[in-house]
Amino acid sequence: MSNENPLRNEIVTEEKKTKKKKDSASTLGKSKTLLATPYGLWMAAFIIIPLILVLYYGLTDGNGNFTLDNLSLIANPINRKALWLSLKLSLISTAICLLLAYPLALVLKSMKLKDNSFIVMVVILPMWMNFLLRTIAWQNILEKNGVINTILEALHLPALNIINTPTAIVLGMVYNFLPFMILPIYNTLAKIDDNVINAARDLGANGWVTFKRVIFPLSMPGVISGITMVFVPSLTTFAISTILGGSKIVLIGNIIEQQFQKLGNWNTGSGLSIVLMIFILVSMTLVAKYDKDSEGTNAW
Amino acid sequence: MKKKLSLILSLVLTCSLMLTGCGKSNGNSDNSGDNQLYVYNWGEYIDPEVIDMFEEETGIKVIYNEFEQNEDMYPIIKTGAVNYDVVCPSDYMIEKMISEDMLYELNYDNIPNIANIDETYLKSAEGFDPGNKYSVPYCWGTVGILYNKTMVDEPITSWGALFDEKYSGKILMMDSVRDAYMIALTYLGYDLNSTDEAQIDEATDLLKSQYPLIQAYVIDQVRDKMIGNEAALGVIYSGEAIYTQRENPDLEYVVPEEGSNVWIDGWVIPKNAKNKENAEAWINFMCREDIALLNFEYITYSTPNAAARELIEDEDIKNSEIAFPDASILSRCKTYNYLGEDMDTLYLNKFNEVKY
Repeated sequence: MSNENPLRNEIVTEEKKTKKKKDSASTLGKSKTLLATPYGLWMAAFIIIPLILVLYYGLTDGNGNFTLDNLSLIANPINRKALWLSLKLSLISTAICLLLAYPLALVLKSMKLKDNSFIVMVVILPMWMNFLLRTIAWQNILEKNGVINTILEALHLPALNIINTPTAIVLGMVYNFLPFMILPIYNTLAKIDDNVINAARDLGANGWVTFKRVIFPLSMPGVISGITMVFVPSLTTFAISTILGGSKIVLIGNIIEQQFQKLGNWNTGSGLSIVLMIFILVSMTLVAKYDKDSEGTNAW
Repeated sequence: MKKKLSLILSLVLTCSLMLTGCGKSNGNSDNSGDNQLYVYNWGEYIDPEVIDMFEEETGIKVIYNEFEQNEDMYPIIKTGAVNYDVVCPSDYMIEKMISEDMLYELNYDNIPNIANIDETYLKSAEGFDPGNKYSVPYCWGTVGILYNKTMVDEPITSWGALFDEKYSGKILMMDSVRDAYMIALTYLGYDLNSTDEAQIDEATDLLKSQYPLIQAYVIDQVRDKMIGNEAALGVIYSGEAIYTQRENPDLEYVVPEEGSNVWIDGWVIPKNAKNKENAEAWINFMCREDIALLNFEYITYSTPNAAARELIEDEDIKNSEIAFPDASILSRCKTYNYLGEDMDTLYLNKFNEVKY
């Protein structure tokens, strides 16, 4: 927020003042609260109550008695391996997304397009299609007789055999979640005042030092929210692993899905979900710890 | 308990909707009164025209919804989230619902067309519904191997082909716990409804040894992959086999000599149905020969309706070994039984073990 033009703040306050003159101060406060009610209700109905239900089911057995058995299911060797593999694959895809997205965001910033809606379009356009559809498309591209292999074969090159392997799953995660990394990073980069960068150069910093000491620290909030938005869905996905892993690879998301869909056991499914939530919370706290300059609130 | 909680949840939701001023007073939970019928069927499992015909002839308004698998349907019926009047689950699920006292007994006075259903299938159905008290068969089929004649050396006759290293990377296995274990257990010579842990462990070891040979575990995708020559062998339901053969004449379907599963999906009326008589009218309508024929031609799953089979004009289909296997093949096949929650969990855990 500190980067914002003080002049604009002035204007906003002016606007507020005139508004205040029209309405009486108390009605404004009241109507603001009223305006928030729909979202408050929405949150209660679709976030808080479901969370309470997950906690309830996860901490009880079929008869409604308190138990920690559902949580300890994670220690079961298969579930442990699935969680471990999920963590590994989602960390890899988050890292790849970051490595791909950051330079791209830098390039986009340096292009200084007045009308950046084109860029946003290019990044967002694929997201207009349903994510399952895009993943199934990747399946067709990677298959043994798929698009890539048909071309390779025509060129007498060796076939590419990554379908139904962890590599294909990582590819699917990177493809699907990359926009969630690009957009927040680009947004924070675009907000950095050029004067700050020019000042750094003035004071004798070369390009690398400017990046390391000025640009990168200032872009941290975007990086953090990008990491969160890629890591969390990657860790919990079950659709990508089913479609691109040929169901040969079982991730923790698949295990939880099975508990609900195949066994109808809401208690164990919720228990495992709670464990997964704890893992996400812990990893996000760790990430946020490195982000000392972050303003905290917008990182999440 | 689940029921109570979902009730609370739906109450809260309704309240919040009313508070925001767009609440219709409990619109979808109240389906009594009017001349309606709530039908819950598998996806792509009926000729849509049939629904219109039923509405036209009876004046009953049909609200038609679809589910993907038995396990999706079960919690909806169990919690009473929607009061469906007539549902079409598979054999083992019908058995489970009977054991949990979730179904009404049918009044056959309202279903005279039951006479069209072949005795053989009613008898098979007694495996999960003794006395045919609760269900009327709708479709049935077998599980078998679909293979590509140009990609295998000899005609496939045994489940053994799925465990043959020769076909490494060209095998599509069924990604459904019961079907995968049915194959392994039958190949080992055990009962496909085995609850003996030593036998299940042996089957698990066999499936583990098969894992490296498998291209992918699939259910519905087997169709497109086999049509596209992605694999040499795939496990498939007989109803899908006819369709794939139409698309790719190189494909051949076989029920292996060791035996297999024969499954039956049947119409049942859940206890929370509000329009039981309409539901029986629906079941009776589905048993009518011309309707069964329309459905058969649309979905290509075998019909137990003997009168409808007589009406099939295409001789090839009428005498198709896939759609209507002869008694010697059927005698090798068994229906699944519901094995209880603990066995279900055991099977699923073992199957996950296979994938590691």
